Amino acid sequence: MADHQQGVSSSGVAPEEDLSTTQTATVGQSRRLVDAFTRSRLIVVAVIATAVVLAYLRADSPVIATQAIVTGLLIGGVYGLVAMGLTLIFGVLDIVNFAHGAFLAVALFITWWLVSSMGFHPYLTMLATAPIMFALGYAVQRGILSGAMGKPLENQLLITLGISLVLENALLLFFGANPRAVALPGNQTVGVLGAVADLSRILAFVGALILAGLLFLVLQRTRLGTAIRAVAANDTGAQLVGIDTRRIYALTFAIGTACAGAAGTLVAPLVTVEPSTGALFNIVAFVVVVIGGMGNVVGALVGGLIIGLAEQLGTIFLPGQSPLLSVFIVFVLVLFLRPQGLFGRTS
Amino acid sequence: MTQTATTDRAASKPLPRKPWNRHLLAIAVLAVLMVPVPLLLPASQQSIAMRVLIFALMSVGWNIMSGFGGMFSFGHASYFGLGAYTSAWLLVESEVSPWIGMAAGVLVASVFAVVSGFLALRYRLKGAYFALATFAFAEMFRLLATNTDLVNRAEGYHVPLKVDESWWWMQFAPTSPNYFWIALALLIAALAISVLFLRSRTGQFALAVRDDQDAAAALGIPVIRYKLLTMALSAAITSVAGAFYVQYYLFIDPDLAFGSAVSIQAILPAVIGGVGTIWGPVLGAVILGPLSDMTATLLRNPPEFLAFLAGRGGLDVMIYGVLLIIIILVLPQGIYSAVRERWFRP
Repeated sequence: MADHQQGVSSSGVAPEEDLSTTQTATVGQSRRLVDAFTRSRLIVVAVIATAVVLAYLRADSPVIATQAIVTGLLIGGVYGLVAMGLTLIFGVLDIVNFAHGAFLAVALFITWWLVSSMGFHPYLTMLATAPIMFALGYAVQRGILSGAMGKPLENQLLITLGISLVLENALLLFFGANPRAVALPGNQTVGVLGAVADLSRILAFVGALILAGLLFLVLQRTRLGTAIRAVAANDTGAQLVGIDTRRIYALTFAIGTACAGAAGTLVAPLVTVEPSTGALFNIVAFVVVVIGGMGNVVGALVGGLIIGLAEQLGTIFLPGQSPLLSVFIVFVLVLFLRPQGLFGRTS
Repeated sequence: MTQTATTDRAASKPLPRKPWNRHLLAIAVLAVLMVPVPLLLPASQQSIAMRVLIFALMSVGWNIMSGFGGMFSFGHASYFGLGAYTSAWLLVESEVSPWIGMAAGVLVASVFAVVSGFLALRYRLKGAYFALATFAFAEMFRLLATNTDLVNRAEGYHVPLKVDESWWWMQFAPTSPNYFWIALALLIAALAISVLFLRSRTGQFALAVRDDQDAAAALGIPVIRYKLLTMALSAAITSVAGAFYVQYYLFIDPDLAFGSAVSIQAILPAVIGGVGTIWGPVLGAVILGPLSDMTATLLRNPPEFLAFLAGRGGLDVMIYGVLLIIIILVLPQGIYSAVRERWFRP
């Protein structure tokens, strides 16, 4: 543990400070920077490996540990997708978005409504939820958040908090607090690597990975994605080369919200459908975003897997406690030891 | 010597020369005016007045750390809950008077504030990261309390009822005006402490640190010490609200003590009234306190066009959200500051 701490803190402040002094940076220094990245990654892998080994030693039988790892990684993929939307919004608009979970909850209810009263197949409803949430996100950014761009961080945080209060309680007002469920036709238990998992969890994981890959391709390969990354890197510079930053802000927020919408549909068969479900995902997504590095899309996906794992392994290390507790312990440790995230600087 | 002179001049610039005595006078006047209120209010309105007072007390605490200290907290539920749980635990498990429990809660909450604050500052968390760290601490308390036998897990605590009314046990008939007077006294004390804090050297240094940390450090102000002092004071006041909450409602559980809704309740009055002003949190609490009763009444006997919402919850918090958005967009300084700007400009 002491070794781990030393390694992290010695490379902890490196990226940002080194980059701000690039004027004098020599080749040797930049190589040291790369080494620091690699080392921090190796440390992350080592910590995870240790946790997994310890889990096998602590658990009553190896099957329990395997089950925890499989379950954790499967839900971790979904966390990753939710967090990708959140981190994209943070990276581009510099907004700590407390409404992300509420958007997910809205999508959850749209899915529930389409399935229960229209008889759609649950996954088919994504064709509705993702575009609806895209439009909602666009409208919210244009109508409400754009008025607070460039204002102090607290203002934006409080506005998104207000939006989440409105959305969540509107759901409560119109649908009531009764928990509901979305049934997946043909759902069954499947064996995975010596453990078992519901088909719905596996499909949610696969779906999340596909969507994450799509988002990544959009960001890397399209003109829109290039513009988004340009605004994230330097919005004044982006404006100077002719990018309409206000449009990019709105589109980015819409894409991020659509991620929450798609994730809402994917998790609908796994969770109880109630207004407060979104808040839970919001909390986890924040943790994932910080772990992956705010604004780092790939980091968010990896962070999602790590947090899914931490949550499930937590049930082995801290029996009787809520799985979320271990998530927060990991979160606080990362905040203190490596606030720029496990994967180096923000994109 | 020169330091004090500089900070004094800087701080008094935007304000009238000696506003502190005027604030103290206003607080005294408010206290005198409010004393007969519980005797005049019908019993049904009394619970609303109580909610306003508790809201205000929580938010006055939040305002010290986030308004005057400049450290945005999203986890004041930690301090509220620690105050509530410490006093409830002492009362139920060891028959300790709530007054002593309140003092113990203050101690626990401020020690926690200093320790967690030291960690957060030691690792240079600021802005969003700081807010998220405070949030994480509150959530950890909630999860721990929900799953720990020592504090009755999710069940929480019911305060055992005494046979007689008693000041020592802070128990009176449910409609007794004593509850109001105690809460009023606590709020008045908290407001007076805010003013005295701002007037003191410590408070002036805290403001200097908030306005420009580097400049303050360059002048030789020990930045971390003053930030921690501000946090401890803020935590102490909010924890008193928690301890009183338990005595008034006779019940506490992990969600009521440490839930994120509690942190939001500490933030909202100050933001709506005016962050970083003495009177903002009080004004905000007066606006927000009656809302939930008003919406509950509305939905119990809804007009025709709202009939489908009969008996549903959530409308009050929805209105909180709308208010919050509007205030931030239209009056980002809060209602009190806007009013002061408009009518009390010298």
